[in-house]
Amino acid sequence: MWLYAARRILYAVPIAIGVTVICFCLVFLAPGDPIQMLLPPDASQQDVEYLKKLYGFDQPIPIQYFKWLVRAASGDLGVSLQTNRPVFDEVTRALSNTVIISFGAVMLAFSLAFVLGTIAGYYAGRPIDRIVTGISVVGVSVPNYWLGIVLIIVFAVELGILPATGMGSKGSDDFSLRNWAQFKYAILPIITMSMVPLGIIMRSTRSAVAEVLAYDFVQTLRAKGLRELAVLRHAVSNALPQILAVMGLQFGYLVGGSILIETIFTWPGTGFLLSKAILTRDIPVLQGAILVLALCFVATNLVVDLIQTAVDPRIKRA
Amino acid sequence: MIQTRTSARMTSRLVASILALACIAHTPACAESVLRVAMTAGDIPDWTGQPDQGFEGYRFVGWSLYDALINWDLSRSDREAGLTPGLATKWTIDPANNKRWLIELRKGVKFHDGCDLNADLVVWNIQRLVDDKTQGFHPVHYARHRVRTVNVDHAEKVDDGTVAIFTKTPDSLMPYNLSVWYMISKCAVEKASFDYAQYAKMPAGTGPYKFDRIVPRERLELVKNGDYWNPKRVPKHDRLVLIPMPEATTRAAALLAGQVDFVEAPSPDTIPRLKSSGMNVITLPYPHNWHYQLNFVDPPFNDVRVRRAANHAMNRDEMVQMLGGIAQPGYAIYTPTSKLYGNPVKYEYDIKKATALLKEAGCYPCAVTLAISTSGSGQMQPLPMNELVKAQLEAVGFKVKLEVMDWNALLDVAIKGREKYPQYNAINISRATQDPLNGLLRFVMKQQWSPGGGNWGWYFNQEIEDLVAEAMRSFDDEIRDITLSKVHEIASREAIMLFVTHDLNPRALSPKVKGFVQAQSWFQDLTPIEIAN
Repeated sequence: MWLYAARRILYAVPIAIGVTVICFCLVFLAPGDPIQMLLPPDASQQDVEYLKKLYGFDQPIPIQYFKWLVRAASGDLGVSLQTNRPVFDEVTRALSNTVIISFGAVMLAFSLAFVLGTIAGYYAGRPIDRIVTGISVVGVSVPNYWLGIVLIIVFAVELGILPATGMGSKGSDDFSLRNWAQFKYAILPIITMSMVPLGIIMRSTRSAVAEVLAYDFVQTLRAKGLRELAVLRHAVSNALPQILAVMGLQFGYLVGGSILIETIFTWPGTGFLLSKAILTRDIPVLQGAILVLALCFVATNLVVDLIQTAVDPRIKRA
Repeated sequence: MIQTRTSARMTSRLVASILALACIAHTPACAESVLRVAMTAGDIPDWTGQPDQGFEGYRFVGWSLYDALINWDLSRSDREAGLTPGLATKWTIDPANNKRWLIELRKGVKFHDGCDLNADLVVWNIQRLVDDKTQGFHPVHYARHRVRTVNVDHAEKVDDGTVAIFTKTPDSLMPYNLSVWYMISKCAVEKASFDYAQYAKMPAGTGPYKFDRIVPRERLELVKNGDYWNPKRVPKHDRLVLIPMPEATTRAAALLAGQVDFVEAPSPDTIPRLKSSGMNVITLPYPHNWHYQLNFVDPPFNDVRVRRAANHAMNRDEMVQMLGGIAQPGYAIYTPTSKLYGNPVKYEYDIKKATALLKEAGCYPCAVTLAISTSGSGQMQPLPMNELVKAQLEAVGFKVKLEVMDWNALLDVAIKGREKYPQYNAINISRATQDPLNGLLRFVMKQQWSPGGGNWGWYFNQEIEDLVAEAMRSFDDEIRDITLSKVHEIASREAIMLFVTHDLNPRALSPKVKGFVQAQSWFQDLTPIEIAN
């Protein structure tokens, strides 16, 4: 197991490097220039060139990338071109904010989706299955930016029971989930963020459970006189690795943040940070954020793999 | 009589004691009054000296924490804001040298950290933005301010209360450049070892608000500077909270939900709802121009008939209607309330005339490609607006292709100029027109041809060149402004742009917000605002 974990961590290195290479190339392939966002629209080309030289953007892209990589390997992700703040601080602050709502969304979506998906799988083809399937289709299909705005209008503007935006009257510095006055700021973003994974996991759980229930061994269990609840428990155990894989992927996506949801709720997470960095071509922030998120994604998948091994010993990892 | 006075004194003491007790108990009687502003910016504007986030950064952070040598008079709504003494009480051109401005400094001004404003400090503040060998030079500040420093040669101290600023060429418009040149405390920068990341934790200006706390990317909190040098601008509330909120719907919802008191640029579709909920939605003309800069070298806009045809094709009332009334028709660079407006040609909406002009120019149908952005500072609602412009141009015989790009890519096109991007016949970038150099002259001077300046499409007109030279050497403001009005009239006659609209600067205020006076400016003064309970 430990050998397997170590090997996976080693695999993460080329994956992270590959991601940053692709991202670096995409940023430079896009029209525009990181320096231009520092300058007013009337700035002269001479000033653009002066600043490019000052920041090292006049060097060939491979050299720029290599220098960044060497620094990143030592933990220095550089400084934001726009804010002059260390990228590491920017990314960790944003990540911690995103984790709050993504974890909340995960808890909500996973628990609901697991229960409803299992019920739908068990009653496949019956009305309850159709209802749950309908819910999952809605979850996947409803645009989350639209849902976010609707929730704000209903709960913040019309009913006035939840706040519309932000992380509280003092911002993320003092945010605590244990304090209801602050926690309520996270409720609407969590609900909005949970809709897509809710739909996806519900559907996956339903098909996995329904599929396992059709296996011969389930008939054997029933023939041996096991009660239906026990049969279902066995079926769920067998379906779990498949469900966990989907859950892991969804958690990874959520940690990456959602540009739309975080913008609508003015939630200062990774999506918000990345969108700003893309629009301003803030390459150090963009690179740092993508590197950290790629590592998070890899780590999440590793954890899911390890959990899969634990719940289903037939899966041999090492 | 004496008894009455004693009784009054006792009563006032009693009231004071009750208020003090109320304060201890944190009752609303002495609760801190807080003004919460939702900005359109995606991030908190840089608060270390020269703000970013366009003029919104200057509006909310610049003028709150800092002063310039010359400020803007933002105290009234009935005319376009003009310059007013700031940290300088007087500015004059040296009679013996028309490249030497003499600046007399205000006495007794202290920075928030207690340091005195003096000539040495002002010279340092100028040099740190023009000379990369000055300790405290910051490349980002240099870059942001470069268009206003490019003609500054150097500054030197004349005496303790006077500074001389030398320009490379005679520059009668230098006071406008000084009006956005904030003075920061050198003591505070020294204390931070000239590291602006450290200075950001304890910035010090001379402005009506002092820095209190920052939550990066989320909120900047400033508190009232009770010792501000201008008693008329001591804030009437205790705390100012600036919150970046780029999504217009969210800003409106936050106002309706009572999370903020003051929102910038509500979208037209939210305005009826805001009004029906008792919010105060205000609009006012200000020096803003939503237009297209044209390519004057290549066909078809090198032909003035085509440029005029495009202007006659614009149904500006339809555009205003589409924007829900938060704009006014734009027939020239300046709005009619500007002192530089003069008597420009008014290109009325006339389809027949436009088509006739195109046919006369031999360009029918007339294919043009316009570079536009999806968003950007001052761009209003670029996508629907550009679609409407396209439809209106095509109705008279143009064949329009819109090249949509993000703001950064459009800036690239703007900075590198028509020579690098000859495939575009025009670019759509809104401009602030409150100072004549950036609002008018950059678009018409040969010296400003891209990529070295703002004349993207290489417009040239000797008559304008002569007038500009005359204006730059004219240090009598009235005479200079008359000359600049002539430039504006010629620019209009020559249809140097496709004029479309001027924004009306909408903002929505909670009914609790009292006393705000919207100035005809990109900048606003928040200090008179009182927050009602």
